[in-house]
Amino acid sequence: MAFLKVSSPHAHGPMSTGRVMRLVLMATIPGLVALTWFFGFGTLTNVLWASLSALAFEALALKLRKRPIAFYLNDCSALVTAFLLGIALPPGSPLWLILVGTGFAILLCKHMYGGMGYNPFNPAMAAYVLLLISFPVEMTNWLAPRGAVPASELLGPIDALLRSLGIGSAPIDGVSMATPLDILKQNDALLVDDLWAQTPQFGTVAGIGWEWVNLAFLLGGLYLLYRRVFTWHAPLSMLLAIAIMALLFNDGGSSASGGGALFNLFSGATMFGAFFIITDPVSSAVSNRGRVIYGALIGVLVYIIRAWGNYPDAVAFAVLLMNFAAPFIDHYTQPRTYGHKKPNAQEKA
Amino acid sequence: MRKIWDIHGGIHPPENKTQSLQDNIRAAGIPAQLIVPLSQHIGAPAAPIVNVGDRVLKGQMIGEAKGFVSAPVHAPSSGTVAAIEPRVIPHPSGMSAPCVVINCDGKDEWISHQGISDYRSLDKNTLVDTIRNAGIAGMGGAGFPSSVKLSGGKDKPIETLILNGTECEPYITADDILMQERAAEIIAGAEILRHIVEPNETLIGVEDNKPEALAAMRAAAEGTGIEVVSFPTKYPSGGEKQLIQILTGKEVPSGGLPADIGIVCQNIGSARAIYRAVCHGEPLISRVTTVTGEACSTPRNYDVLIGTPVQYLLDLSHFDASRCIRLIMGGPMMGYTLQDTAVPIVKTSNCVLAPTVEELPPPPPAQACIRCGMCAEACPVSLLPQQMYWFSRAQEHDKLEEHNLADCIECGACSYVCPSNIPLVQYYRASKAEIRQAQQDKIKAERSKERFEARQARIEREAAEKEAKRKARLEAAKAKQQSATKDGSKDDIIQAAIARSKAKKSGGADNPPQDPAQAAIARAQAARSGDAVSETAEEKTARLEKQLASTEKRLAAAQQKLQLAIDNNDDNVEAFRSGVEKTEGKLQALRKELDAHRASQAPAPAESVSDDPAAAAIARAQAKRAGGAETESPDAARERLTTQIASTEKRLDAAQQKHADAQAQGDVNAAAFATAVEKTQAKLDKLRAELAALPAAEPEPAAEASNADDPAAQAIARALAARNANAELSEADKARNAVSSLEKRIAKTQQKLDQAQADGDDNAAILSDTLAKLQGKLDEARQALDALSQEEG
Repeated sequence: MAFLKVSSPHAHGPMSTGRVMRLVLMATIPGLVALTWFFGFGTLTNVLWASLSALAFEALALKLRKRPIAFYLNDCSALVTAFLLGIALPPGSPLWLILVGTGFAILLCKHMYGGMGYNPFNPAMAAYVLLLISFPVEMTNWLAPRGAVPASELLGPIDALLRSLGIGSAPIDGVSMATPLDILKQNDALLVDDLWAQTPQFGTVAGIGWEWVNLAFLLGGLYLLYRRVFTWHAPLSMLLAIAIMALLFNDGGSSASGGGALFNLFSGATMFGAFFIITDPVSSAVSNRGRVIYGALIGVLVYIIRAWGNYPDAVAFAVLLMNFAAPFIDHYTQPRTYGHKKPNAQEKA
Repeated sequence: MRKIWDIHGGIHPPENKTQSLQDNIRAAGIPAQLIVPLSQHIGAPAAPIVNVGDRVLKGQMIGEAKGFVSAPVHAPSSGTVAAIEPRVIPHPSGMSAPCVVINCDGKDEWISHQGISDYRSLDKNTLVDTIRNAGIAGMGGAGFPSSVKLSGGKDKPIETLILNGTECEPYITADDILMQERAAEIIAGAEILRHIVEPNETLIGVEDNKPEALAAMRAAAEGTGIEVVSFPTKYPSGGEKQLIQILTGKEVPSGGLPADIGIVCQNIGSARAIYRAVCHGEPLISRVTTVTGEACSTPRNYDVLIGTPVQYLLDLSHFDASRCIRLIMGGPMMGYTLQDTAVPIVKTSNCVLAPTVEELPPPPPAQACIRCGMCAEACPVSLLPQQMYWFSRAQEHDKLEEHNLADCIECGACSYVCPSNIPLVQYYRASKAEIRQAQQDKIKAERSKERFEARQARIEREAAEKEAKRKARLEAAKAKQQSATKDGSKDDIIQAAIARSKAKKSGGADNPPQDPAQAAIARAQAARSGDAVSETAEEKTARLEKQLASTEKRLAAAQQKLQLAIDNNDDNVEAFRSGVEKTEGKLQALRKELDAHRASQAPAPAESVSDDPAAAAIARAQAKRAGGAETESPDAARERLTTQIASTEKRLDAAQQKHADAQAQGDVNAAAFATAVEKTQAKLDKLRAELAALPAAEPEPAAEASNADDPAAQAIARALAARNANAELSEADKARNAVSSLEKRIAKTQQKLDQAQADGDDNAAILSDTLAKLQGKLDEARQALDALSQEEG
């Protein structure tokens, strides 16, 4: 009779990495639905192409690295990267753009650093920034939302596929439209209230569609929080930081205004970033205190870049910049261990 | 309601406690054989005090405590000692350790024993001794001897006595059922403990998942002032440090003991055992153990004799081995796997867990860490397990210590929550062991270093002694040499030079010249003072030649001093060097004067005879030259002189070599060699001067007439013959000869060098220097030879 000789603990919790990733994928559903409702099927084709190509690149990388392909594909981390990138790209992005993005994310940002768990930067955001800098025209070509244009102008599933393949007849320029963040950025003549009244893209608190998309991602994020996939520390501190920055620098709605707190919280990629990007554990700070600092600094950076930078949205840049700072934050936020007066890093200082 | 605190982290694994709580505690009975390990506690193993074949009674001490942190062991039942030998004991490593094996007779016959009716009348030390003699060690898991905790110094008063009834591990119910069924005994034990440690308050901590136990304990504690505290169920609340934090809000300092903050903690099972020991005189020979897991069809708690084989209990519980792939001693979080069901139950065995494969499946392969931080969320001592995991993998021990690896209680919460199935605790255990090993190695290395340094010091001391002896010998040799010089038997050039200069200073021109050198000096002085007018041509030649010779001698002496100074790194090197230069300048001047004089006195009379041997030789040579010049063409003379110079140079080389060797070896004959060198040098210079003077000589038709009666001429003839012989050799052959002679010298020098090195002689450096020089010469000679060979070829 041979018994197993293993070290304790013998029991294991129900959580697994694959399960965590699948929960994240599930939590993107409300946001995907909202995006599709307001901007047509372009986001879904993004996600489709991104998923297929990311899985292919992941398999290729695993094969080159002589790792068991099925075992690692099963953790769904490549799918998560693909979803996040597909959501971040303008709806109906061309296939080649997506291929460049997923290839860069999976091959360079992930596997070149040693694969899952070793990447210092969030792969989806690194790819997004690469594309934004390299192909600004394609990357800023957002479609007009339902409400600003008739529903018939939105991309249908077939149109979206054809458009992504570059063989469709979809009138690209006809339906594309600046996002509210763009409009606010470009505005240098009108007061915010006038701008609001004159521009069809603005809705109740932020842009038409965008406020709902952000709400949907907030919903998905709260679900993940409920499932304890991550802690509240980073998302909450990021959102608070954005709100505080917007309130601090609110000039009453002049033409140079960076927008109010609500506008900033529900515009662009704010909620998506807060719950799906900065909560990426691999590239963020590790302790709870560290995550508070990490999230807050991202929030501050987001507002700074939106208000005074060259780009209308800033989540990707802010996240990448703070990815750099994560190890530094970790070093100074070591928690106090039981029986110790102070964390060791501070004891030494 | 008492305030309770929360611990950081913690997890809520499935409790699985109800299965084994279906029935009361049941006596497991007496197995045929009991295996009683002599070490069931932390500290020194007990020493057996029975022999094989002895009959032992139940409760008889069979192993006595060795040392302060130790505990005795007793026979759990009556029978015969069958063996005292190593058996496999319950231990994560599956190791064997000495055990007393008792073949039970089934009579279960007690040794006479007696409880203390009124323990309050006894002093504390007696009570602590009673507890110690009963062999009571922490029954919660670690097995720390209870008496040691109680006999802690009185320097720090104990404020709080805590009884640990938490039992936070899943599956285990031994404490739970003991509290349910033996609450009164536990409270009685707590009273004894209170009497011993005199705390301000006594708390019994029980998790809120044991309502029946809580009720029973509260009922038993009624009116005693002992407070039974319940708190939310969470693993690992039952860790001693964690329970202290929950009940008091205090933290045991890292590396410290609960006593440091005025707290003593005991397991409730230990409290009950203390009661049995004090009030009934029964040592710790049995305990309650849970046998559970789905592979046992009748999970329950047993009152088990210590030493009962696990297999015996499994049989009682209808264990199905085919459904079980791992057998665990302890709980699913901190227990260890057993390889052998023959291992005995010991004082710390609270559970035997026999799960089915489905119940506790084998660990799946670990995936990459995604730094999710769930482990840090779960850690009850606020560590950063994932950071420690990276450091552990990289074996960065300093970083691990910085991250407080030593404070890890190995509860397994981090591994439990890890979504990537990384066996984190296993890494920490390995790293802890590595660090321990490294510390031991460091201590060992330090000892080795000390030994090495002591040895080094001894060797240096011995070398210094040897050197001192060598120097003493050298000094003695020098002294001997000096005394010899004083006797006039040897010419130590330095001594001679000193003597000369002294003589010159003190004597001056008035002293009658007693030796040729002084005569020369006298003459020189006379010449300077204007006496030169009265000097004849021969006298002048002789004087100049003498001056030349003596200057050459001084030059040689000065050169030698310089060399010595260089070798010894003397500060006066520069002074010596300028001395040498001056002497050289003087020598040049003298040579010029002599040449000029000779040129003007070409037909000098050959008959002039000096009483000085050197002058005589010069005279002879001059005579020869004057005479021979008629039969010798200037060309022939040049050739002859060149040959002579070459051969003299060789001899000079040889002499210098000998001298250097002698010096290197500290030979007392060095001075003699120096003189030889000097003489040869003088001769060489003379020859050179002659050669230089040659063009001034009258070119006359010369015939090679032999002046057979003249020794100088004979020498010249010999030299000529030699030259002729040499001339017959090709240039290449000459070069070959030179090479071979150099090689011989190198070989000799090498030999000497080896010898010197073997002896650790200081002169090795000098010799190796000489060797290098010779090697240089050899290389040059070889190159020349090669060039010649190529020309020939």
